[in-house]
Amino acid sequence: MAEPSAATAAAPAGADRTVPVTTADVADAPASTAAIYRALLRAQVRAQASYRASFALDLASNVIFLGADLLTVLVLFHQVPALAGFTLAESLLVFGLAALGFALADLAVGNIERMKQHVRTGLLDAVLIRPLGVLSQLLVLDLGVRRVGRVITSTAVLAVAAYQAGVRPTPANLLLLVVTPLAGAVFFGSVFVATATVAFWWVESGELSAALTYGGRDFTSYPMTVYGGWFRHLMAFGLGFGLVAYYPALILLGRPDPIGAPAWLGWCGPLLALAAAALAALVWRTGVRHYRSTGS
Amino acid sequence: MGFITATADRLPIRNFTESAGLIRTLGASGFRRFSTYRQATVAATATNTMFGFLRTYVMLAVAGSAAALGGQAAGYDAPRLVTYVWAGQGLIGVVLLWGWTDLADRIRSGDVVTDLLRPVHPVLGYLLPDLGRAAYALLTRFTVPIAVGALAFDMYVPRRAATYPLFALSVLLALLVCFAGRFLANAAAYWLLDSRGVLMTWAVCSGVLGGLYFPIRFLPDWAAAVLYFGTPFPSLLQVPLDVLVERDPPLSQLGLLGLQAGWAVLLLWGCVAVQRRAERRLVVQGG
Repeated sequence: MAEPSAATAAAPAGADRTVPVTTADVADAPASTAAIYRALLRAQVRAQASYRASFALDLASNVIFLGADLLTVLVLFHQVPALAGFTLAESLLVFGLAALGFALADLAVGNIERMKQHVRTGLLDAVLIRPLGVLSQLLVLDLGVRRVGRVITSTAVLAVAAYQAGVRPTPANLLLLVVTPLAGAVFFGSVFVATATVAFWWVESGELSAALTYGGRDFTSYPMTVYGGWFRHLMAFGLGFGLVAYYPALILLGRPDPIGAPAWLGWCGPLLALAAAALAALVWRTGVRHYRSTGS
Repeated sequence: MGFITATADRLPIRNFTESAGLIRTLGASGFRRFSTYRQATVAATATNTMFGFLRTYVMLAVAGSAAALGGQAAGYDAPRLVTYVWAGQGLIGVVLLWGWTDLADRIRSGDVVTDLLRPVHPVLGYLLPDLGRAAYALLTRFTVPIAVGALAFDMYVPRRAATYPLFALSVLLALLVCFAGRFLANAAAYWLLDSRGVLMTWAVCSGVLGGLYFPIRFLPDWAAAVLYFGTPFPSLLQVPLDVLVERDPPLSQLGLLGLQAGWAVLLLWGCVAVQRRAERRLVVQGG
């Protein structure tokens, strides 16, 4: 998102100079903001990696949680040869697309989940008075480097599933295989940010945001034909989760939608992601404007 | 004036009225404490309900595929799986599968020393409020998902009257096993500076191996047997849910309860033993 504070960030650097701020300084401003973020990011990575045992454990546990979801799919297919008309390999393709999109979003913005702690402890007050973007600071201050493990594992799952399901390596298919997880990441990231904003009004919102973030991930992990009735309509089309993995997977598999939607829907993921990001930015801004410190 | 140390004898409980009053007071404290977290209860219940829908549809798809082949998925028909999912979503909050770090937090901060000074054994001092908490969860986090599930889907209702008291007993035993497991995982903080790993292991195992993600009976028989007899996890959700949906005949239901009781006794004894060892080595930092 565009940060209006980018120009103000350079102010401390220019403050002790007596010469007036020139256009050259202003041009330098975004670069120095980027440098600040780079420094913050480097400090975070170094700090987290310095507790080696804890870091390794966190890395492993992230992979294990993904493994648990994967195990569930495998166990279900141990019982039945097909789930709602989809074979194991086809199902795993859907699972892989959803898992990689979610893992990327979780890596980049997953820590926004801790928003409610930030509001309760007053950390947000400190963040608000600094001359940098609020959201970007919160993300950089608490980046989940350990979630890299999840990204790597889900990439492997996706690659194996695409091979097993017999996805033909045409340029269009390869493009879709790359674009879909990225669009999914933006979409899940938007859901993360939008639901975390609830904490501005409702501090003890607890796991509520998990209903949409992790619930959305679980929903997208299975072929849409599994779900039924109003629930499928609400989640797939009302909230847009259908475009994250299921419709792109149908194109990759070269099969028509059993529910009857047109095939081009699979290419609409990026459009949906952009719309979701815009909406999330709007919700976030409204939240920040309405923020009142808990006074702690 | 003598020194009060962690290993000193605790005040003996003199008579029945006193111990009944103790149970009542500590239990009520847990009930009252959690009844004040209204927003958190609403949020958790809503989340459990959402996942109830997701898991129900997946299980119905499994039951549908199995029925198309003229069979059942590991002995569960569709209504049984629906009851299994929704009662399971309700029980998460009752047995409190994960998210309990009270003891680990108090060990890290040193507050645990006040627990040791109380005239109640620490294990009992945590168990009784936990029973009160579970009673509150039974009224809120258990009933709402069951009601939603019953409204939205075709649920299996137990046919045998004896199933209801057996289920109630099984939930109580599951709570004891779960409490003891959580206590032990938390108690790792006495020895480890960073006990998150142990707590995370508990969280993932209790979910996957406890029957939340999928019924353990879906696994090959040998794997299920290893889990039932080798680990306490199926005693947390799988057993009470199997009792509720009458997956097995009455005699097997009793056998399952016996297994749960065995794990409850073993783990609670483990809690007392671990607590005793921990108290002998505990050094509270700071002034």
